[in-house]
Amino acid sequence: MSNAQLTVPFDEAMTRYEPIIGLEVHVELGTNSKMFCSCATAFGAPPNTQVCPVCLGLPGSMPVLNKVAVESTIRIGLALNCEIATWCRFARKNYFYPDMPKDYQVSQYDEPLCTNGWLDVTVATDDGPQVVRVEIERVHMEEDTGKLTHAGGATGRIHGADYSLVDYNRAGIPLIEIVTKTVIGTGPLAPAVARAYVAELRDVMRALGVSDVRMEEGSLRCDVNLSLNEPGAGWGTRSETKNVNSLRSVERAVHSEIERQAGVLDGGGRVIQETRHFHEDTGRSTSGRSKEQAEDYRYFPEPDLVPIAPTRSWVEELRAELPEVPSVKRARLQSTWGINEFELATLVNAGAVELVESSIAAGVDPAAARKWWTGELLRVANERGVELADLPVTATQIARVESLIADGSLNDKLARQVFEGVLAGEGDVDVVIAQRGLAVVSDDGALLAAIDEALAAQPDVVEKIKSGKIQAAGAIVGAVMKTTKGQADAAKVRALLLDRLGVSE
Amino acid sequence: MTVAAADLIRQPASVLAAAISAGEVSSVEVTKAHLARIAEVDERVHAFLQVTAEAALESAQVVDAKRKTGAKLGSLAGVPIAVKDVLTMRGVPTTCGSKILEGWCPPYDSTVVSRLRAADMVILGKTNMDEFAMGSSTEHSAYGPTHNPWDLARIPGGSGGGSAAALAAFETPLSIGTDTGGSIRQPAAVTGTVGVKPTYGGVSRYGLVALASSLDQAGPCARSVLDAALLHSVIAGHDPRDSTSINAPVPDVVAAANRGDVRGLRIGLVKELSGEGYQAGVLQRFNEAVELLQGLGAEVVEVSCPHFDYALGAYYLILPSEASSNLARFDGMRYGLRVGDDGSNSVEQVMSLSREAGFGAEVKRRIMLGTYALSSGYYDAYYGQAQKVRTLITRDFNAAFEKADVLISPTAPTTAFKIGEKVDDPLAMYLNDIATIPVNLAGNCAMSLPVGLSPADGLPVGLQIMAPPMADDRLYLVGAALESALTDSWGHLLIEEVPDL
Amino acid sequence: MTAITRDEVAHLAKLARLDLSGAELDHYAGQLAVILQSVARIGEVAADDIPPTSHPVPVENVFRDDIAMPGLDRAEVLAAAPATEDHRFRVPRILDEEEA
Repeated sequence: MSNAQLTVPFDEAMTRYEPIIGLEVHVELGTNSKMFCSCATAFGAPPNTQVCPVCLGLPGSMPVLNKVAVESTIRIGLALNCEIATWCRFARKNYFYPDMPKDYQVSQYDEPLCTNGWLDVTVATDDGPQVVRVEIERVHMEEDTGKLTHAGGATGRIHGADYSLVDYNRAGIPLIEIVTKTVIGTGPLAPAVARAYVAELRDVMRALGVSDVRMEEGSLRCDVNLSLNEPGAGWGTRSETKNVNSLRSVERAVHSEIERQAGVLDGGGRVIQETRHFHEDTGRSTSGRSKEQAEDYRYFPEPDLVPIAPTRSWVEELRAELPEVPSVKRARLQSTWGINEFELATLVNAGAVELVESSIAAGVDPAAARKWWTGELLRVANERGVELADLPVTATQIARVESLIADGSLNDKLARQVFEGVLAGEGDVDVVIAQRGLAVVSDDGALLAAIDEALAAQPDVVEKIKSGKIQAAGAIVGAVMKTTKGQADAAKVRALLLDRLGVSE
Repeated sequence: MTVAAADLIRQPASVLAAAISAGEVSSVEVTKAHLARIAEVDERVHAFLQVTAEAALESAQVVDAKRKTGAKLGSLAGVPIAVKDVLTMRGVPTTCGSKILEGWCPPYDSTVVSRLRAADMVILGKTNMDEFAMGSSTEHSAYGPTHNPWDLARIPGGSGGGSAAALAAFETPLSIGTDTGGSIRQPAAVTGTVGVKPTYGGVSRYGLVALASSLDQAGPCARSVLDAALLHSVIAGHDPRDSTSINAPVPDVVAAANRGDVRGLRIGLVKELSGEGYQAGVLQRFNEAVELLQGLGAEVVEVSCPHFDYALGAYYLILPSEASSNLARFDGMRYGLRVGDDGSNSVEQVMSLSREAGFGAEVKRRIMLGTYALSSGYYDAYYGQAQKVRTLITRDFNAAFEKADVLISPTAPTTAFKIGEKVDDPLAMYLNDIATIPVNLAGNCAMSLPVGLSPADGLPVGLQIMAPPMADDRLYLVGAALESALTDSWGHLLIEEVPDL
Repeated sequence: MTAITRDEVAHLAKLARLDLSGAELDHYAGQLAVILQSVARIGEVAADDIPPTSHPVPVENVFRDDIAMPGLDRAEVLAAAPATEDHRFRVPRILDEEEA
């Protein structure tokens, strides 16, 4: 199949087609141990050091279900307004693949633990924020697979590889799959809705404390189903794009798939049902396996695990302990922080709500916390193509910087340099200040020397000030700031120089 | 006291345990006597795939030393035992009778093996079996068939033919079997020994290489009902590593075996497990046993379990389906045989070549049957329908147990047949399990014990006792009473009549 | 009558990762047909309203506490593997030539 398919620009595509999307999100739970065995789940452990007979699928081994994994799933279901099954089972999904130790995956098939929920998400439009309700079809449990590394060949990708290496540390980590119903009628908002939905889900997971949802570590992964149809016509054939592993990519994947499918349809072609792989580097997807010949997974109830029958009292207990869901919480924060809907939407879209909240909890002024997270730090995150939460900067560090600004040790410009250092991994706030020599010059002697130098260099300005044009002092202040490389407190310089000239305001 | 080795190997486990505990004989002596017997006869019987002589002697020494310190010993301390090669044992090859696992040393002990060790028992080695427990003759072992000590030209039953033959050949006083559709009971029947399939969930399956997870159950094999009870009580009980393990006290099977009483008990004859297809000699001995039970004070009633006629069909859909999934992991990636990894073949090709080379004909047959039964489009008609029939069979049992405390039938329709006779006639082979399968489908418990030699061929005939779930003690109550009456009439246990090898 | 063709057997063998020879395909096609015909008798049982049994003993809600414990020794695990590299299991290339 040709990859040189013509694409239609998004805006033009949206004049002729309506997109229908569906999202399947996999979340790795942050349990201490795996789904069916007691192996640890730490990310980044040396290969094959967190394995046992069960997660290696050794002959004779048997699974025993992690109670916290079940509770976490029920809590997710409740937070997503789902019905919780009163009785359900695991099933085996049979297919051979070397990253799956038993050559079947223990999953839930026709009896998911949670069904029929919804999640409201807010997207920004030209007419202000708009709420879209995304309906949830199911939330179910399954086990993760091992990790393959492809060796030989040029690219380190599966294509062209000579052989592969398997690390089973990840095999058996509890995975929750959240599947939406088809989302229709979003029109050109589809990419934004998809992104907002995944962002909202991520916030829900964080609020529940069930996962650290670090997309770059693969603990939240998204598959995007998409089809296009002409208005009034029947639904089109859908593709499934896998490997969509950042919020930005979710948006881009929907965007580019709309452009691609519109190109196919405009060219008189037909969209084929297939799996596509998204590439973060290009923002485009390539064709994977064709699904024309459907896989036959030969599902059947897992005989090694007994049914789960959550009692009403257990579910109600879990419901009572649910934390505030993000949407409710945001409404509360909006009023506490005294911000408008647009400012809130900015925070939400930036993924900054929790970050601002924890910064405030660490002692930062609300306005300052918002300023840092949606300003300088967001700029850096976008530059690096990562999520805000993944920046290596903490609320405590922001609090430290803010307290140094308050006592005059830093100014805004210096503070930005401090963060630059922290983000570059140069160390904690005080280490960066010490190493870069970033303290505000507060030594009056040094400042006076710099002021005298500036006054001597600009006698005309001195005359203006003396004649009462006090605003001309700015030129002197600027010169002093320049000589001190920005390390002086501008207000102090101004006061000192006026004093020097015997002028009062 | 010195006991001749020839006597030691013929002693019941209960007697050996008492003698070892009393210091009349050491575990090392007992172990050496059995190892010597194995060395003498196993070339002809081929009950063992692996004899762990050194480790056995070491554990025997440990037991003897422990006894001398006065430490408390288990009820079968120092008594040798053989384990079917389908249970994992750390560091000892576990092959399941398959080439695909040749030389595989598991890094962990099955719970059954752990319990044997904890009970201070001495493990002699691993016994032969049909590959992955698929078969009724032990001819489907990749390592060659086991021979029946009653007639070396005949099969010892299967899949646990090795565990049964080892008992009949006096190579071990006790062994462990596993029973998915009769693999403990049918070998017991054709070798004149005792075998029990406990209630599903009664003995942990952790470390039992699964054939059909919802049917498999490990259990005791012995030469007498009391010995089986002693072993049963060692291996049974809740295990948190097996989710399907029953978290309830184990019925007191030893007390029941010691008591042995059928007075006032209602014994049900299952109409569907008799008649056509059963050899006349088998039926004759069975009917005599029924009369004997009546004479002992039991009330015999006839019960009907109409859906048992469909048990074989349901079983040969459920078993292959689960097996096709359980055996998928043998793909040559993490352990076991790998074939064709020459750089030119893809992972799919290497998996297919490895499985083709590593599995025998019967295993492949059942994998394909199961793959078919689970396929989309066939699931409802095959696997789904089989699971419903399973429910009906359980209901038949429930109704029958309203009328009777235990049910009885012949264990197998025939005595031991000749090696080679049915090996490539799967349907004829499957019929061997016709009477044992319903219990596996319903999950309750059953025992086979010898009730005499068929007048037609002089080979052992087994009688099956079936009891409700978690009423395993009833098997021993009835079995011990019947065994005691029979040995009274013969003057000895039937096994004493096995020809000298 | 449950017929099963040689092509169906070949498809099953592919699904089950068995590289059957031509002779085996013929042999199994015959045998599977006979076995299926025999087991298909269960279809005679009227069981529409009968619940299926997936677990013979009705046990529910069996869980373990979420406590991490040390696993197996890596050297012992890898020692059983047909091929390893860099403490990982080495497996043949995943894609077929025509896919790659």
